[in-house]
Amino acid sequence: MTTKLFGEKVPRVEDQRFLRGKGRYVDDVLVGHDLLHAAVLRSPHAHARIVDIDVSGVLDVDGVHVVWTHDDLAGAMADPLPLLIPHPQLTHGRTQYALAKDEVNYVGEAIAFVVADDRYLAEDALGRIRVDYEFLPPVVGVESARAAEHLVHDDVPGNVAARLEQENGDARGAIAAAPHTLSLDLTIERSASTPMEGRGTVARWDPDTGRLTVWTSTQTSTGVRAAVAAKLGLDLAQVDVITPDVGGGFGVKINHPWPEELLVPLAARTLGRPVKFTEDRREHFISSAHERGQVHHVEVGYDDDGRVLGLDVRFWHDNGAYTPYGLIVPIITSTQLLGPYKPGAYRVVFESLYTNTVMVTPYRGAGRPQGCFVMERTMDAIAAALGKDRTEVRAANFIQPDEFPYDHGLVFQDGRELEYDSGDYPGSLEKLKALIGWDEFPVFREEMEREGRRVGIGLACYVEGTGVGPYEGAHVHVETSGKVKVATGLTTQGQGHATAFAQIVADALGVRFDRVEVVTGDTRRMPYAVGTFASRAAVMSGSAVHLAALRAREKVLKIAADALEAAEDDLEIVDGVVSVRGTPDGTASIDLGTVAVLSNPLRYAFDEASKAATQFSVGDPGKPPVAEDDEPGLEGKDFYSPERSTFANGMHAVIVETDAETAEIRILKYAVVHDCGRLINPMIVEGQIHGGVAQGVGGALLERMAYDESGQLVNASFMDFLMPYVTEVPAHIDIDHLETPSPLNPLGVKGAGEAGVIPSAAVFASAIEDAEASYHPGLAITAMPISPSDLFALRQRHEESS
Amino acid sequence: MKPAPFAFVRPQGLQHALEALAADPGAKVLAGGQSLVPLLSMRLAAPTTLVDINALPDLDHVRVDEGGVHVGALARHADVLASDHVRRAQPLVSLALSHVAHPTIRNRGTTVGSIVHADAAAEMPMVLALLGGSVAVASRSGTRTIPAAELYAGPLESTLHHDEIALEATFPVLAPVDGIGFEEIARRHGDYALVGVGAIVRVEAGTIASARLGYLSVSDVPTVVDVTQALAGELSAGSIEAASEVALRQLEPADDLHATAAYRSRLVRVLTARVLRAAYDHALDRARDRIES
Repeated sequence: MTTKLFGEKVPRVEDQRFLRGKGRYVDDVLVGHDLLHAAVLRSPHAHARIVDIDVSGVLDVDGVHVVWTHDDLAGAMADPLPLLIPHPQLTHGRTQYALAKDEVNYVGEAIAFVVADDRYLAEDALGRIRVDYEFLPPVVGVESARAAEHLVHDDVPGNVAARLEQENGDARGAIAAAPHTLSLDLTIERSASTPMEGRGTVARWDPDTGRLTVWTSTQTSTGVRAAVAAKLGLDLAQVDVITPDVGGGFGVKINHPWPEELLVPLAARTLGRPVKFTEDRREHFISSAHERGQVHHVEVGYDDDGRVLGLDVRFWHDNGAYTPYGLIVPIITSTQLLGPYKPGAYRVVFESLYTNTVMVTPYRGAGRPQGCFVMERTMDAIAAALGKDRTEVRAANFIQPDEFPYDHGLVFQDGRELEYDSGDYPGSLEKLKALIGWDEFPVFREEMEREGRRVGIGLACYVEGTGVGPYEGAHVHVETSGKVKVATGLTTQGQGHATAFAQIVADALGVRFDRVEVVTGDTRRMPYAVGTFASRAAVMSGSAVHLAALRAREKVLKIAADALEAAEDDLEIVDGVVSVRGTPDGTASIDLGTVAVLSNPLRYAFDEASKAATQFSVGDPGKPPVAEDDEPGLEGKDFYSPERSTFANGMHAVIVETDAETAEIRILKYAVVHDCGRLINPMIVEGQIHGGVAQGVGGALLERMAYDESGQLVNASFMDFLMPYVTEVPAHIDIDHLETPSPLNPLGVKGAGEAGVIPSAAVFASAIEDAEASYHPGLAITAMPISPSDLFALRQRHEESS
Repeated sequence: MKPAPFAFVRPQGLQHALEALAADPGAKVLAGGQSLVPLLSMRLAAPTTLVDINALPDLDHVRVDEGGVHVGALARHADVLASDHVRRAQPLVSLALSHVAHPTIRNRGTTVGSIVHADAAAEMPMVLALLGGSVAVASRSGTRTIPAAELYAGPLESTLHHDEIALEATFPVLAPVDGIGFEEIARRHGDYALVGVGAIVRVEAGTIASARLGYLSVSDVPTVVDVTQALAGELSAGSIEAASEVALRQLEPADDLHATAAYRSRLVRVLTARVLRAAYDHALDRARDRIES
């Protein structure tokens, strides 16, 4: 047997290229060609009517080729951008135009589009456009949206885009009858994906062939392709979308089409020259999507053991100015906040509210960090009220290993039942307690107290629905050289797909890992695909790649059996050579390249390999060269479409120190127990966890989008939006894995991409509150992120009130 | 994020640079560019001419003599920080520099540029003020020396005239009886401090003969506070508290994105205590070293 690669820490094939600066991103495409450059005039006001736009004088500038406003757009381009994911309860869904029509609803909304010889000139030209505004009162923040003194959209009463309620059992009745009850108000502020590379699009129109090629930094090249074709009135077959290397997505690049993804191709076709748009950092802050901002109210009833008898959650989701991505984020919060627990009865109601701020679409975790924060804060509050250990209260509420599949009686984001497939939550908790040293912590705390230091410990648990459908596909092609070319349609933003998928193919086909080459996100190679989001690539494309490789293997064995005059069952494939089991090396064997040659009867011989395959030299002259049920070529293609999502889970714990004098928060130890089913490549999974924890530290302790009351984002730079540096994240993260295979896919895998970031707000709130508990009993952390200044203010308020 | 159009000159001699600067009222000097270039890119500044002084000869010196630590206009933060001579002659310069941004910025940014940029949240303007240093500047009509006490006119505003180029900053050598301290707290390592405090304390015969403190990010201009009287010769909880009170009366902690005024006031107290103790101990250590050697 070829050494099995599934489950091995295979070094990433991508890393040499990326670390040596050889990555090729969208801004690198067509450099040195006849490129024109685009820039966008963006609204400086959060809410205003556009009275007039004066572009006279812009085209006078040497080197400016085009200036467009909404008036210049026609047909589908002049319509609002698509509402990608409609929902019956999204009764008042609204999307923006590619260029604003009559009104702007957030600072950063696109108003005019300029194409010039270079980006400098394009920005100079923007400065010459004069827009007359009639100011409207802005709605900023959940409270202002709820108050609805002013409306974001005139025709949306109460600023309510959607109201959705789900209930399993009689939650309010159960709470009323419960021996203990609690209520909590919990807030999470806005943050955003902030990938290193912002958005960007390059387009080239070929007038000779009537074809459009679009390179774009996206999480769904097939989605962009369909949108571009529809908006520009082109046949799908005229449009190719290629996703080059992508410098991070984290969710923001799943929304599509962005205005520039349509305007750049339109300009390329109109001008007959390639056009590029590269978003700058300020543009990314004010015109790409944000997430996280939600306000929650919890009512819970529980028994003496801390078992939740009834849970009633209401929350208000700030969806920004538009709803292109539907209700995905709040639906995920409303369903995934249950985590590993089984409340007696559960009711959740949310309202999705318009504000005059950048739109909200999923950001890594996609509503789960908020849900986890709500549930875990509730668990901590119950433990505090009962005087019980926080792990005991959680254990009392766990779904047990013998209860799977577990149906929550709710509908998940994919429209399917919220049914967990597998997991071992008590087992995970035991591992976490051992890893962080939960039982030994009181001794450590005493030691620290003797030195005058405050330390606290916290934990948080989550369950994550991953690998949502509808499908992904893969194509595996064995070339006559014996090399294996693999294509899958979803895109890659640094996840190491070229490594993980090659491992799967190497195992399934019996070839060496270094003979496998993976391409993602190129619609020329795989036109049917969905995209990379919701921790779905390993599950969806991983499974499809596996199935496609098995199909190729079937064909290999069929041809090789014929060639070797052996039964297929007697054959094995090792390191790319098919041989009859039990025969000495070199006898009765054929390599994959030769099998590929044999699979393709040719008329023309252009090299030695093809000579062997011409229809005159092989095959049975009495039969057609290609049999009726066969195809030429050594290929396998297959699709994977699961019944429902598969549910990964995990638990984080952290020990923090809070400075008695300065309220600075230091991380002393961070531990993660993670169960994403079978691990394809543990090193990649651990990398995802490291990155997730780092991003989570940012979300919990540093990052927030600060809007002032006029709707200006006042920290739209990396100087004031505090993404953590390497110096702010734990130097070491203790990780332990459980592998509870998913029964839903052939590989037994679950998604791992978002996991690391989900419990961050919850786990830090728990630990900081614990650190303060002896000094400020009852001090509750109910809003995240938290800064030293915030913690200081909480201490002050606590001292004043006690 | 592309600058508005501007003319660019890169003179090879000082006279030429001074003429280019004087010729255009909209001209700005470009040295390390660590503050100016982002402002240009965001079009928050749009000078009509950039006078790049990086090709000027003999301005990248870091020299120590009895007159002090002399830092040329083209010496990078990293050059100054790497100098053992500087560390021995005026350790506060080296200590504060280690808090200036990140290595990549220190590799390019100049100490003199930072000083005349006059940002009250930056370390080096405050250090120059605390130590009572000076800046030598040149114009077509000659050179002059501006004492630190007269250098800062307002927020991000120095008293350099438009046609002047700063040539050198001079920090006094630390007197044998003095000790220094510096601490700051920032949201992230290398960020602008929420509050930063420097101290220089003179100890004679075990008694504090003088003590001055310099503050970052809690006023519009780099602010130096003399707390000699408040300390009344010694460090105690009470005297440190008194020193903090004196300081806070001269400071204006404000609310911003990252901290409330109340929190900044707390940090002023905490850091004042820490740096006073550190500077006092430093002075005692130096006295002890002198006796031993």
